[in-house]
Amino acid sequence: MKRFILKSKSRIALLCALLIGAAFASKLMFGKEEAAVLLLVAASVLGVAPIVIQAIEALKVKVVSIDLLVTIAVLGAFVIRNFEESAIVTFLFLFGAFLEQRTLNKTRSAIKELVEMAPQTALKQNKDGDFEKVDVDEVDVGDVLLVKTGAKIPVDGTVLSGEGYVNEASITGEPLPVLKEKGAFVYAGTILDNGTIQIVADRVGEDTTFGKIIELVEEAQDSKSKVERFIDRFARYYTPAVLLIGLVVGAFTRDLELAVTILVLGCPGALVIGVPVSNVAGIGNGAKNGVLFKGSEVIGEFSRVDTIVFDKTGTLTTGVPSVSEKVYYGDNIEKALLYLASIERESDHPLAKAVLKEIGNAEFLPVEGTAVFKGEGIVASVDGHRVAAGNLALMEREGVKISQKAREDIARLEEKGNSLVMAAVDGELKILMGVRDQIRPGVKENLINLKKMGVKDFIMLSGDNKGTVEKVSRELGLTEAHGNMLPEDKADFIRRLTDDKGRVVAFVGDGINDSPSLATANIGIAMGRGTDVAIETSDVVLMNSDFSKLPHALGLAKATARNMRQNIYIAVGVVVFLLAGVIFSEWMNMSVGMFVHEGSILAVILNGMRLLRFKLKKKI
Amino acid sequence: MKKATIQLETLACPSCALKIEGAAKALDGVVKDSVKVLFNASKVKLEFYESKVSLEDIVKAIEALGYEVVKWQTN
Repeated sequence: MKRFILKSKSRIALLCALLIGAAFASKLMFGKEEAAVLLLVAASVLGVAPIVIQAIEALKVKVVSIDLLVTIAVLGAFVIRNFEESAIVTFLFLFGAFLEQRTLNKTRSAIKELVEMAPQTALKQNKDGDFEKVDVDEVDVGDVLLVKTGAKIPVDGTVLSGEGYVNEASITGEPLPVLKEKGAFVYAGTILDNGTIQIVADRVGEDTTFGKIIELVEEAQDSKSKVERFIDRFARYYTPAVLLIGLVVGAFTRDLELAVTILVLGCPGALVIGVPVSNVAGIGNGAKNGVLFKGSEVIGEFSRVDTIVFDKTGTLTTGVPSVSEKVYYGDNIEKALLYLASIERESDHPLAKAVLKEIGNAEFLPVEGTAVFKGEGIVASVDGHRVAAGNLALMEREGVKISQKAREDIARLEEKGNSLVMAAVDGELKILMGVRDQIRPGVKENLINLKKMGVKDFIMLSGDNKGTVEKVSRELGLTEAHGNMLPEDKADFIRRLTDDKGRVVAFVGDGINDSPSLATANIGIAMGRGTDVAIETSDVVLMNSDFSKLPHALGLAKATARNMRQNIYIAVGVVVFLLAGVIFSEWMNMSVGMFVHEGSILAVILNGMRLLRFKLKKKI
Repeated sequence: MKKATIQLETLACPSCALKIEGAAKALDGVVKDSVKVLFNASKVKLEFYESKVSLEDIVKAIEALGYEVVKWQTN
């Protein structure tokens, strides 16, 4: 019965509304006062039932809840035979709760979407060797699972047999499917684009990388800042205090109407819900856009950041060498590129990989008589031609003639910090490529955006040599840059900034070898590649290692912090307004109080919801 | 000692969280400091001693407060 009443709360609210409507109709249109009173009493009794139940249940666990205030207020209204008020107050309270629930679900929608990406079922091998569909909760470590084309991989595991292309975008951000063969590791929540594989479960449920990300976000949206903890403690005593004040006022003034009005006005709704709503909407927006905030404390501190310290390799730069410039000499370049690609395909060298990626997929030709010269390159025979691919030393060994123009090109590329790859066909230089670890695209624009948001200094700390560090620093227009630094040097440097200079410092790094710095800085931001270490040691995770999310993250943190302050102002303002109304005005009564109270709750929720749509303006 | 996660219907008011926390802590066999009600995720996480209280009892206690329990699991 109890549960039935509680479950039908929204239907009860609707019935109340109908009864109240009927009551006013019979009174105003037909002049039937008694009928109206009966209808209003019915509405009040019906409406107050779920509220009473909630109040009693809360009392059982020693919590004085808002429901109790409303219950007593309605009883008081009954005593003074003001049935109009009692009916309207119960209706508004129920209807408000209904709207709150609906809007709250909206603010939580972003995170819910993330959670719903989690795999639900798995094909598990039973004792007979057949596979049967089971709930993902029933999978234990060591179980053998079958994953078919198009299915979500249910757990973190290792491929036992079969092969297929897996889309790992949800974990690593890599948009291109990755080939997984026997022995390869697969992540829960990623999708098998084609092929069929059998895997053995290594980590299940909350232990998987995906599970950890979800847990992190869920804990973050419920983590409390100092302000929130204060409000919570405040609310715990505030509600009983209001009850007490109501009783005292009633006892002294003998004015029951005033006493119950105070009970209704005192409901602490907007204050208690305002900050959590901003928090959950802000964190939800982040989660949707690849930015994980670890809680509202982090958001508050991040919004005050004035100095950002960067790691270089893998943070400001891509961390993977790629071809930055190409120069061609003579004709038949198409052929030369094909020869170069065919040779480089045989090599595991990072430079070879960069070159191959640049040339792309080609109709590779068979390569014969390969000779490798360590530290120089490869010479081989392709399509009947002698092809040399390597650096200047190899070209000299091969007696390749380097023209004056080529020498100038080489000097220019080296000046920019490139490693060189050259290709000569039959002793004639055809191709010159400069390969380096390049600055991520868009970093410069992102830094300008961050500066406009109030960040004063950008500092780069790197283990790399001074020359390279200065080149990158100049190109990006950083405030300061230091090379030859060990991880502990970086942490010391950050400590001096925070402790001696009073800066609020955010450190951006790749999360693995930078953990001391991540921990030392006020805010540690990891360019996560879905690694557990990155998730655990940092305060903010930029999923998919996407640097361009950094301005969004800072903007969102600032907007969320601002939103929280607005909600506190709204809540406190409303209470002050209502109290002033009781003291100074004639028109303040229970119904108006309840209306304003529920209105303010909806106002803070709607204000919080704006954060879901937060987006950085493209060009500021 | 076992850890449990209980998924509830959507919680609407922060005071609901207080109530649920109080109810769970009141049960003998539930580790008091371990009770954590995640308001936004609408989840309860806690640790308990199976010898003293069953997970079903904990679920019943929460349902008695008027909150629907969607799913529960131990780990």
